Amino acid sequence: MNMGPQHPSTHGVLRVMLTVDGEWIRAADPDLGYLHRSFEKMAELRTYVNYLPLTDRWDYLDAMGNNLVYAETVEKLMDLEVPPRAHYLRMIVCELNRIASHLVFIGTFGLDVGANTPFMYCFRDRERILDLFEAICGARLTYSYMRIGGVACDAPDGWLEQVRDFCDYLPPKLEELDDLLTGNQIFVVRTRNIGVITPEQAIEWGLSGPMLRGSGVKWDVRKEYPYALYSEVEFDVPVGTRGDAYDRYCVRRREIDESLKIIRQCLDKIPEGDVMAKVPKIIRPKAGEVYHSVETPRGELGLYMVSDGSDKPYRMKIRRPSFVNLSIFPELVRDWKVADVVVILGSIDIVMGEVDG
Amino acid sequence: MDWTYWLFLLLKMVIVLGWALLMVPLLIYMERKVLADFQARIGPNRVGPVGILQPIADGIKLLLKEDLLPAKADKYVHFLAPLVAVVPAFLALSVVPFGPITHKETGTGYFVTHVNVGLLFILGLGSLNVYAITLAGWASNNKYSLMGGIRSSAQMISYELSMGLALIPVLMIAGSLDLVRIVENLGVAKGEGLSRLLLTVPLTISFVIYCICGVAETNRAPFDFPEAESELVAGFHTEYSSMRFALFFLSEYVNMITVCALATTLFLGGWKFPFVPETGPFPLLVFLAKVMIGLYGYMWMRATWPRLRYDRLMKLGWTRLLPIALANIILTGILMIAFQ
Amino acid sequence: MPEYLRPYLPIFVFFLLVFGFGAVNLLLSWMLGPKKPNPKKLSPYECGITPIGDARHRYPIRFYIIAMLFILFDIEAIFLYPWAVYYKQLGLYGLVEMLIFLGILLLGYVYLWKRGAFEWE
Repeated sequence: MNMGPQHPSTHGVLRVMLTVDGEWIRAADPDLGYLHRSFEKMAELRTYVNYLPLTDRWDYLDAMGNNLVYAETVEKLMDLEVPPRAHYLRMIVCELNRIASHLVFIGTFGLDVGANTPFMYCFRDRERILDLFEAICGARLTYSYMRIGGVACDAPDGWLEQVRDFCDYLPPKLEELDDLLTGNQIFVVRTRNIGVITPEQAIEWGLSGPMLRGSGVKWDVRKEYPYALYSEVEFDVPVGTRGDAYDRYCVRRREIDESLKIIRQCLDKIPEGDVMAKVPKIIRPKAGEVYHSVETPRGELGLYMVSDGSDKPYRMKIRRPSFVNLSIFPELVRDWKVADVVVILGSIDIVMGEVDG
Repeated sequence: MDWTYWLFLLLKMVIVLGWALLMVPLLIYMERKVLADFQARIGPNRVGPVGILQPIADGIKLLLKEDLLPAKADKYVHFLAPLVAVVPAFLALSVVPFGPITHKETGTGYFVTHVNVGLLFILGLGSLNVYAITLAGWASNNKYSLMGGIRSSAQMISYELSMGLALIPVLMIAGSLDLVRIVENLGVAKGEGLSRLLLTVPLTISFVIYCICGVAETNRAPFDFPEAESELVAGFHTEYSSMRFALFFLSEYVNMITVCALATTLFLGGWKFPFVPETGPFPLLVFLAKVMIGLYGYMWMRATWPRLRYDRLMKLGWTRLLPIALANIILTGILMIAFQ
Repeated sequence: MPEYLRPYLPIFVFFLLVFGFGAVNLLLSWMLGPKKPNPKKLSPYECGITPIGDARHRYPIRFYIIAMLFILFDIEAIFLYPWAVYYKQLGLYGLVEMLIFLGILLLGYVYLWKRGAFEWE
């Protein structure tokens, strides 16, 4: 039986071929590529600066994180020092974006298990974040806010206060969501012990992000290999205990709290100063190769870049967390029911733009 | 039995049918507005004042849509299924007592007809709904539809037993299967104060079980497994379009009305309300108000709860509701004997 | 016509009315709607992909045993209906008798539960 590409719960154009025995899944075979846009090849044909807007399109729910990994990789390749204010701005927008992305996750996950209302609440709150982004960079989805060497522009007057207002606005709304989902008996029954991943399994499959942490492995790129100025802020890494869909949900839900914490600290610490380093007009990093990764809402987004000294990358490889996380999906759904497939798939939290590259 | 009797009867039928047909768009509108309110949205507001004509526009649109019959579908069953859904749904309304008997000698009153086993009649019609869904799912030659149809029958065997058993305490106390007499007998009689007060305990348990099963019977959230849009696309009516789909939609809402009407009759005192006279339009208004409260409950549940998995309902029905319903019968029996 | 069937006559008329309403609606939409079928449109919906195989094949129903139990228990529930209606007249005798009946029922029920009839994972 076919599930997707046009199915309400495959989160985009994922097609899964299910071998079913009644409602029981005996085998699942994801069929990818409906949204393939050859991002890696495209990088080889564009200058370093020209490619940046395309990073928005990888994982369109976390465009800031994509911007960040690309900008930082090139900076690493060039040995470029970024001014601290730019670092803090990057962290603030990245964490805001993480909240927005997790809100989308919670909303759509609610839809997957049949709850309509949380979806609306999540999108209402996400709208506030998008307004903030629109104020700072003019775009609501594909931001291209970061530049190699800094960010496109400083925050407009009063923007940082608006972010602080948002930090106060969100927690009560999150409590509302907790009432609707986190503590809801039906929701817990639907997600508890569904799609369990053991810590060993999670590591073997190379999972990252909430998928890994839901299984109890405390591993976060922000802590292990701090980038930007994440070493200067304090935050916890929430982990699950059982590795089921509910734990993965809870990890994401608690990450929102942690992100708010990080944003508050960034707002306190942000210094005055430039937001752009001195960058040559034409970027020609010296020949060499570099790997850099950041923690996006979906996991470790890594970029491996080889430069041959010209103004275009020689080769760029993207480690796309959605793609890696999806790989365990056939393993997870085996011997579950059709109703659980959507729960498990929802708990992986994929973005097809990223899966298909 | 002269011709005026029959004319009057026909008039009542048309009124009941018209009322139900009017209620459905109203309910759809109400549901969309209520859901919108729950979800911090506005809801329909374009067609007519505050969007009140939206369901009517939708109905006309559905009427003018292409009547699709998928390839390899079973022509006759595919056509028959919506009729099987809609006919019992409306038919159940014919025995619902909206008010008391007004003329003792001819036995007429605020209802289409007065049957002495009205409760059995409604229960029987209610269980026909599952045939429509199973047939529709099977006839469509679509795997999602088939799953929806099978789920529907799985659901039916989960709740119906508990539902039937939950109603038995009502019958024991009322001593009748006649819906009009149930309403009258359940009122507090003279000199029965204490035992009646105690009997509200088993009746409340019955009411809760009946509500759970009633939601399951109408395939509404959180038991909307046959549709389950996030799992089965649209479930049993994936392959249905235009009026064939509209009839399914219609029957779902009429079934909701019937379930609420039955709950009103059996548990909420039917057309009676303290200090409200039982003449003129009052019984109808009281009855309608009680039904509306039940319907609002439906919408509330839909806005608040996620969907259960369908084997969980089976577990709930067989290992929770059934023993509770049985124990409830025994409790009622003992209480009635003890306080006779 | 026997007297006790008289109240059902209106129901029959109502049935005709409702059936007519449904049939007329279906007929109307068949007459009013456009008809432009094409093979793609008529193929069963399977998420935008040409369906693999047919939906008409053997479908394993796991709850078959529960379905049989349902019929058994449903019949027993029907026995309770006339008893419930006359419970007031039967009094203590009725209670004791029904306790015995329910006891046997419960015995079977507990047996089934312990045998795992309600677990169909």
